[in-house]
Amino acid sequence: MRTDPVILSVAFGYLALLFVVAAWGDRRAEQGRSLIGSPTVYALSIAVYCTAWTFYGSVGRAAEHGPSFLLIYLGPTLAMLMAPLLIRKMVRIAARQRITSIADFISARYGKSSSLGALVALFALVTITPYIALQLKAITVSHAVLVNYPVSADTSLIDEAFWMDKSFWVALVLAVFIILFGTRHLDASERHEGMVAAIALESLVKLIAFLAVGIFVVFVMFEGPGELFGQVAATPELAQAMSLESVPGGATGWVGMLLLAFLAFFTLPRQFQVLVVENVDEQHLKRASWLFPLYLLAINLFVIPIAMAGLLLGGLSGDPDSFVLTLPLSTGSEGLPLLVFIGGLSAATGMVIVETIALSTMVSNQLIMPLLLRSKRLHLGTKGELAGWLLGIRRVAIVLILLLGYLYHALIGDAYSLVTIGLVSFAGVAQFAPALLIGLYWRGATHQGATLGLIAGFMVWAYTLLIPGFVQSGWLDAGLINQGPWGIGWLRPYALFGLEGWDIYTHSLLWSLLANVGLLAGVSLFTRQTPLEQTQAALFTEAMNPNLQATSLWHGKTTQGELRELLSRYLGIPATRRVFAVSTHQATTSLSPTLDDNEQPASTELITRAEQALAGSLGSASARVLINSVVRGEALDLESILSILDTTSQTLEYNRRLEQKSQELARIGEELRGANERLRELDRLKDEFVAMVSHELRTPLTSIRAFAEILRDGENLPDEKRRHFLGVIVHESQRLSRLIEEILDLARLESGRLTLNPQPLDLAHLARHSVDAIARLQENRGVRLRMQLEAEPAPIIGDPDRLEQVIINLLDNAGKFADDTAPEVLLRVYRHKKHYRLSVEDNGPGISEDERERVFEKFHQIQQHEEEKTRGRPKGSGLGLPISRGIVAQLGGRLWVEDGASLGGASLIMELPEAPPKEPASSEKPTVT
Amino acid sequence: MARVLVVDDEPNIVLSLEFLMEQAGFDVVTAEDGESALACVKDTVPDLILLDISLPGISGFDVLEQLRADSDKAHLPIIMLTAHGREVEREKGMALGADDYITKPFSTQALVSKVKALLAETDK
Repeated sequence: MRTDPVILSVAFGYLALLFVVAAWGDRRAEQGRSLIGSPTVYALSIAVYCTAWTFYGSVGRAAEHGPSFLLIYLGPTLAMLMAPLLIRKMVRIAARQRITSIADFISARYGKSSSLGALVALFALVTITPYIALQLKAITVSHAVLVNYPVSADTSLIDEAFWMDKSFWVALVLAVFIILFGTRHLDASERHEGMVAAIALESLVKLIAFLAVGIFVVFVMFEGPGELFGQVAATPELAQAMSLESVPGGATGWVGMLLLAFLAFFTLPRQFQVLVVENVDEQHLKRASWLFPLYLLAINLFVIPIAMAGLLLGGLSGDPDSFVLTLPLSTGSEGLPLLVFIGGLSAATGMVIVETIALSTMVSNQLIMPLLLRSKRLHLGTKGELAGWLLGIRRVAIVLILLLGYLYHALIGDAYSLVTIGLVSFAGVAQFAPALLIGLYWRGATHQGATLGLIAGFMVWAYTLLIPGFVQSGWLDAGLINQGPWGIGWLRPYALFGLEGWDIYTHSLLWSLLANVGLLAGVSLFTRQTPLEQTQAALFTEAMNPNLQATSLWHGKTTQGELRELLSRYLGIPATRRVFAVSTHQATTSLSPTLDDNEQPASTELITRAEQALAGSLGSASARVLINSVVRGEALDLESILSILDTTSQTLEYNRRLEQKSQELARIGEELRGANERLRELDRLKDEFVAMVSHELRTPLTSIRAFAEILRDGENLPDEKRRHFLGVIVHESQRLSRLIEEILDLARLESGRLTLNPQPLDLAHLARHSVDAIARLQENRGVRLRMQLEAEPAPIIGDPDRLEQVIINLLDNAGKFADDTAPEVLLRVYRHKKHYRLSVEDNGPGISEDERERVFEKFHQIQQHEEEKTRGRPKGSGLGLPISRGIVAQLGGRLWVEDGASLGGASLIMELPEAPPKEPASSEKPTVT
Repeated sequence: MARVLVVDDEPNIVLSLEFLMEQAGFDVVTAEDGESALACVKDTVPDLILLDISLPGISGFDVLEQLRADSDKAHLPIIMLTAHGREVEREKGMALGADDYITKPFSTQALVSKVKALLAETDK
């Protein structure tokens, strides 16, 4: 069974199966029934992480260094657990910007920079070629072991012609295979659904094969884990090898290895391809974030048992990297080794396929296309169909990459174990991590910073890992490693700046990342971003901002015809039609049918979609150049982007402030309305007041003028009449003066400018005084005025003149409103709690309940035209009571109306607070204004 | 001899008007509020009324309105007197059918000539 024809036909059969699956996946994708629309398929495709290095090398490393190989899988586990945070953001950006590779991603982040993209592509090529070589080596070695066992296979190829070398043919076959299902479509961002399906299948095959070996070794060869571990425990040097102490570099080695694997997990071009570019649904990350770690656990479950078994059996099993194959072979099994070989083939081809597709995309989009666009712009511009060109470039790139891999394998591959080559590559791609990760979160990271950081990181990596590798291959003098270049000790590649005792990978990672991150951060701080770079930086760092979803990024103008021509030249007619189909479908309603479509201005959505479509084929940098060639105008500037980004928070803040403002406005409006009401009322009152004042003033004036004219015109007026009329004039003039005085008092009271002169005084004494002043007048009117001083003295603080004015006014009013036939007025002064009260009561009709406050309104009597006037008594101005109340209030007292208790008429009561007890008779008079 | 009814609640104004009318050769009747004014019109049948607007009880406007509504006295010449200088009051008075409107304080000569003119007009 282990003859070449059998093995070859099984291997080709397997590849053919893969191709069928891939073709099927592609067809399903075209029909819109995607085969890979499942998170499980996505998780399995990520398992392309497990290459031949895992399949064969893990056992090798376990045999040499114990469980340290696990770190290579703990890193990705960590990364996947962080997927919702980290990878999801990349996935979203890649989908939005139609990113085709990690080089494209980094280029796009730093302003769609062609140079940075080219740099990443170039470095990726340098870093990954050995890794591809490793897979070729694994296939060749495993094939040789399978065929030659138990004879130890000599895989040295130096003396053979390359056409005799199987790995050369393996590389060619793989190239053809990859061209067949990797470049069927031009648009890389349209995703290789068939390839992903095939890769997922391969992941299953290698897992099954590895588990089969594991189960076979543990349960068939050793009758269970108990026996196996028992035998290991009985062999002290073996038990020692399997302990944790055997990790190279100790604790720092652990950390270094973990970090290395973590970073490589998404910076490896193939990992970026399956994780980010080929992701069809962000939601798939959820299941993948636990399913993939589970896969890693499963495929590593038997690594240590197999390694221990291999070591126990000693010489029988040969090289530890081949234990997986040699152990089943040693038992004479025929079928299982073949399955293992297929599993290894799966692991190797899976890696080579994805890695080559990713690299060829980078090479064509980041290296060749920008060069072609730049140097032969005119030539390209006149070319009709360029879509074919692109495919051609990519196919040539695939062949070249595989040939490079073969060359590396043929020339230096032998010097390294599988694991070593893998780790060197890991450390190389880890240099992409600073530009990628920092660019994802720090908007200030600039193109110059990223470029210099990347270059520095790579140089350090090359010096500390790649070049020493050449030394170990015998290409360079070993003195470089041992003494340093020109004998400079601190420049020794494995002990840079005297850092010794670390494992070489951690050592290299530390110095390279230090240089990389240091330059990226440092240079970024001192360099400026171009407008496009600012825009892209904002779009990347703010990718999770929900406002970015529906944003058009072009302001510029072009016609649909120009865009159509551009797209069809680079993408071909069908793809162009697809781009336009989506847009016209949306826009037909607004398009006027009479106009030729080609003359129609292209909408910003259409321009954006066209750029995305071009980016999907050519990479973002080239797409930008091409779109710029037909679109006049600017891409959205940073301010616009930022304003879009800030929309949510701004809107929220704005809404909150708006709400606050509107509440405030409503409140102010309410206040204003109230104030307006009051003003209107005041205005009305003022008008009324003015009208009343004028009326009141005109009345005495009328008499004065009339009699003055009568006196003037009547020369022979009898003396008696003359005197009478003069008396009227004098009386009315006095009335006028009094009125004016009252109006002024009122005005002063209302504006708070009435100056009072408060001093301690006796209210009873004041009452007596007032009664004396008015007694004669009341007598004339026939009013019986009585006084009842129940508290004497009644010490209060007051302005004697003003209070007398108030009391006289009250007495005067009472006299007017007392009973017609036998008018009576009673004045009382008495104590009530801590106040003194003065009440003036009459025996008139009293004042009804609802009138009691209105009597204190200005000109009240005029407003109501009351019946009292009919009695022909002299009228007051209607200002007496309002003025009295104002004065009393200003002295801290009250004035109100009650029913008279003794006489049954109205009773006006004035209340003033009692003066503080031992108020010394002081010359100092407190002044209240 | 023509009879003039003077209606005002200000005794001194009534006094002056009474004197002026008598001096002009008219018979004078006085009233100090609306109610008594209406009664006076019924009793004494004046030829002209000098009617103040601001009266206790029913106002001068009310009196005017009632008189104009009464077909007998509809054409009785009435001069409104008022201390309200506002234009709206004047318009209101004229609209209610007052024959003239005099603002206080007034020119005695103008008042007397207005009264004379009105009476002469109604005589025709």
